[in-house]
Amino acid sequence: MADKIVTEGLNAYFGDVRAVKNVDLRIPERAITAVIGPSGCGKSTLIRCMNRMHEVVRGARVEGRVLLDGKDIYSATTDAVEVRTRVGMVFQKPNPFPTMSVYDNVVAGLRLNGERDWNKLDATAERSLKLAALWDEVKGQLDASGVSLSGGQQQRLCIARALAVEPEVLLLDEPCSALDPIATAKIEDLLFDLKDRYTIVIVTHNMQQAARISNFTAFMYLGELIEFDATKKIFENPERELTEKYITGRFG
Amino acid sequence: MNNFKRRKLVNMLASGVALTCVVLAVVPLIYILIEVVRIGAPAIDWEFLTSRTKGTGEPGEGIGNAILGTLLLVGYASAIGLPIGIFTGIYVSEFGNNRFGETVRFFNDILANFPSIVIGLLAYALVVDYMDVGFSLIAGAFALAIIMIPIVANTTEEALRMVPNSLREGALALGVPRRRAVMRIMLVNAKAGVVTGSLLAVARIAGETAPLILTAFYSNYWSASPFEPIASLPQTIFRNYNSPSEVLLQQAWGAALVLITIVLAINISVRLLMRSRTKKSKAVKKTWLTRLSLRA
Repeated sequence: MADKIVTEGLNAYFGDVRAVKNVDLRIPERAITAVIGPSGCGKSTLIRCMNRMHEVVRGARVEGRVLLDGKDIYSATTDAVEVRTRVGMVFQKPNPFPTMSVYDNVVAGLRLNGERDWNKLDATAERSLKLAALWDEVKGQLDASGVSLSGGQQQRLCIARALAVEPEVLLLDEPCSALDPIATAKIEDLLFDLKDRYTIVIVTHNMQQAARISNFTAFMYLGELIEFDATKKIFENPERELTEKYITGRFG
Repeated sequence: MNNFKRRKLVNMLASGVALTCVVLAVVPLIYILIEVVRIGAPAIDWEFLTSRTKGTGEPGEGIGNAILGTLLLVGYASAIGLPIGIFTGIYVSEFGNNRFGETVRFFNDILANFPSIVIGLLAYALVVDYMDVGFSLIAGAFALAIIMIPIVANTTEEALRMVPNSLREGALALGVPRRRAVMRIMLVNAKAGVVTGSLLAVARIAGETAPLILTAFYSNYWSASPFEPIASLPQTIFRNYNSPSEVLLQQAWGAALVLITIVLAINISVRLLMRSRTKKSKAVKKTWLTRLSLRA
C-alpha cells in the first residue's frame, strides 16, 4: 500500500508553544487512519498541518515537511488553496453555511470557485449527497436551509460538501463528538464505505471508534507520535507501555 | 430570614433605580418627538415642501431646495464613504491581524469620536480652499463622508467578528481563496450588521450641521450642481432659528420634522428592500431545484 501523506520532522507551533514535536508519520492510501491520544496532545494540530489549515490561526507556524504524493505541500511553489482542494476537512462541530440551502451548501466549494454549469452542479450535488448517505433523507428538501437539518444530518452535509470538490484525502477532526450514538453509527458506516476511494484520517477521542473503523492507528502524547501501526496491533499488542496504558484506560 | 428580607429590599431598590433611569432616558426623546410634531406639523403643506427658501418669512416660502440638498449631500457622501468604510472594516477584521491593522483600528476609534467641526475645517482647508472648489455640495459631501467612514468601518468590523470562525475555516478548507471566502461567506453572514452600521452612519450625517457651515455653506436657490453652495435641512433649521420671525421659526420646526421623517424613511425602506431581496433569491433557487428534482 502506497503512502499518500508523509510527514518528516514535522513541528507545529502556536507562538512559542510547540504543539506537534518531530512527527514522522506515513498515512497509507485508501485506508482509514485514526489518530488517538488524550486532550491537548496535538492530534487536531497534526491533521490541520496536512491541508495547511494550521497556518490560518494567528501566530501559528509549521516546520518540517509534509509530502502529499511525494511533493512537499509547504514548498515555496505550492499554493495552499490547491492543497485544500485535494485534502478536504470536516470539523468537530458541523458548520454548514447558515445563509445557504442544503443544495447550495453541497456545491459551495464549486460555486465559490466559479463553476456555473448547472448540469454539472446538479450532478455533483446528487452524487455527493449519495456518497454521504444523506440523499434519501434530504432529496425532498434541497432548498431548505442547511442549518434546519439535525446535528447528524448537518455533519453528513459537511462531509458531502467536502466530497463535492473531489478531494483525494479526507481529514476528519472528531467528527462525531457532538453527535448521538445513532448519528455516530451512520457516519462510521459512511466512512467505511468511503475508504475504498479516499484516504481518510480521523481524529477521535473515542477508542472504540478507532478500533471499529480504522485500519491504522497513530497514538500521540504531549505532541509526540508515540506509536503508529495497524489498528489490530496497537489495540492487541502495542510495542510501547504508554500506548498500552492509554488503550486500557489507565490514564488520559 | 433577615437576610432574605434584606435581599428583597435591595432587589427592589435596584429595580427602582434602573426603572427611574429608563424613564429619564426616554422622556426627553418622547418630549422632543411630540414637540417637533406639535409645532412642525402645521407648517407642512405641499407648497412648503416644494418651494425654495428665501429667508424672509414671506408667504410662499418653503424648504424644497433644502430637502433636495440634504438628499444630495447624503447621497454623495454615502457614495464616497460607504465603500471606503466597508472595505476598511473588512480589511481590519480579516487581514488586519498585524501592526498595520492595529494602527488603522486605533485611528478609526479616534476619528469616530472626532468633533465634526474639525472635520469640517479639514474639508474647508483641503477642498474649499486648497483645491479651490469653493463652498460646494462636493466639499460638504467630502466632510460628511469622512465622518461616515470610521462609523461604517467599526460596525463592519464588529459584524464580521461576530461571524463564527468555523464558517471562515469551513470555506477555506474547501479550497476557496481567502478573498472569496471573505466576500461570499463572511460578508454575506455579516450583512445585517453591515447594513445597520451604514444606516446609523447615514442617520448621523443627515443631521450634521457644523461641518456644512464651512463646506456646503447655503443657498436660497434650487441647485444640484456639485460645485455650487447648497442648502440643507440642518442649515435651514439653524438659520431660521436665529431669526426673529415667527414664520421662519415655525418653518425650522417643520424642517426638523421633515429631516426626522427622511431618516426614518431611508431606514425602513432599506430594511424592507433587504427582506424582499432575500425572499426573491429563495424563489430563484426554487426554479432550478425544480429542474433538479425533475431529473432525479
